[in-house]
Amino acid sequence: MHFLDGCFHYLTSMANWTGSDGIAARAVAQVELSALVVLAAALIGIGIGFYLGHVGHGGFVAVNAANAARAIPSLALLILLVIWPVVSLKGGGFDAAFLTLVALAIPPVLTNAYVAMREVDPVVIEAAKSVGMSSARRFFTIEIPLAAPLTVAGLRTAAVEVVATSTLAAYVSYNDLGNFIFAGLNTNNNVESFCGAFLVAVLSGIADLCLLGLYRLVTPKPLRRATAARSRGTFGVHGRLSRVAA
Amino acid sequence: MSWAGTWVAANQSLILDALGQHVELVAIAVAAGLAVSLPLGLLAWRFHRVRGLILGFTGLLYTIPSIALFVLIQPVTGYFSLTTAEVALSGYTLLILVRNLLTGLDGVGDEVHEAAVAMGYSPFQQLVRIYLPLALPALYAGLRVATVTVVGLVTITAFIGLGGLGKVILLGFADYFYTPVVVGLVLSILLAALGDALFAALARVTVRWRMVRG
Repeated sequence: MHFLDGCFHYLTSMANWTGSDGIAARAVAQVELSALVVLAAALIGIGIGFYLGHVGHGGFVAVNAANAARAIPSLALLILLVIWPVVSLKGGGFDAAFLTLVALAIPPVLTNAYVAMREVDPVVIEAAKSVGMSSARRFFTIEIPLAAPLTVAGLRTAAVEVVATSTLAAYVSYNDLGNFIFAGLNTNNNVESFCGAFLVAVLSGIADLCLLGLYRLVTPKPLRRATAARSRGTFGVHGRLSRVAA
Repeated sequence: MSWAGTWVAANQSLILDALGQHVELVAIAVAAGLAVSLPLGLLAWRFHRVRGLILGFTGLLYTIPSIALFVLIQPVTGYFSLTTAEVALSGYTLLILVRNLLTGLDGVGDEVHEAAVAMGYSPFQQLVRIYLPLALPALYAGLRVATVTVVGLVTITAFIGLGGLGKVILLGFADYFYTPVVVGLVLSILLAALGDALFAALARVTVRWRMVRG
């Protein structure tokens, strides 16, 4: 109980919240970094995923490449971008963290956007064709709305991973909530590291809920119940999806 | 390049030790994750009441950042302990494995179920001889993703004082020397690819019947 008392005291003491190294400033910095990354990954991942899904080929390669990219350990990439002389990104850790996180976020976004586009019922598309819709109109008024839920589900997975991994940016001197964890671990201050971890977990939970909200928002009403189980997107390619991708 | 070669040659045992620790951490985590996922997945499949609860819990676990989860469970599971790492790591495999197991079990068609009933299979026989075998491809897909994910996550365990390739990577940062970082990066990717290939091969060997492709 002594330990939890210490944590409660740490989190409720005003001095820990204010200033440039306070909880508030660091949380804002982490949200800033994560939001920019998710935005960039959404533009790139959804763009490519939708395009490949719409034209209907090249997707197998893209999905497999995206899956392979999952194997790159973010920590190593982050550190390499900072210390490798050819790149040597300084920028207070922001540049290296941004690139690392975008690389982390694109695979789930792209995979889900592609699968979402491929899974639009061909019957619906045939119907749209037969009433004389152009390819572009079909794309914007039929395919995108129907693909939106699964696409946002992929965005949700990506956003949670980005917030989680942006914690590591503190290791290359970006001033976010990860600093509490690393400072605490380095000085054996278990209260500080525990509080930092708690705050990061809360932030990650908030990101998750925000994207869940967006997911509900973009899901057409009749589909809401049917797709509730899919709100976290797809892990791996199997079953029905492998048939789609092959 | 020769400089890098010299470093690798001089630190062979350090690299091999880290690699060995990495493999061990991953193997235990995936095995433990599978051991917990099977009963959880079956419960969620059989009892719709707990399905949301189980998926919600494993989803919540997945939401907590790995470095945070290590630190958060430390007070209970021990500082700098293997238990801390393994509890957190296997926790991350749960969402992937449970969900894929459910996908596999749910995918068994009604006509298959009816055929099994008509042939006099008891519910237990149905599970062991029909449902689980048919769910295997999805489960293997989950194991592949889980293994690749855990290989990446294990690099983080270096922060809580456990070995693995993360230690080699952090060593490079401490000295501002990129060779160890590249070595850690490449070995980690190779390990992930190897784990992925292992389960892909296992799937090919154990799933003997051909999947119907539409």
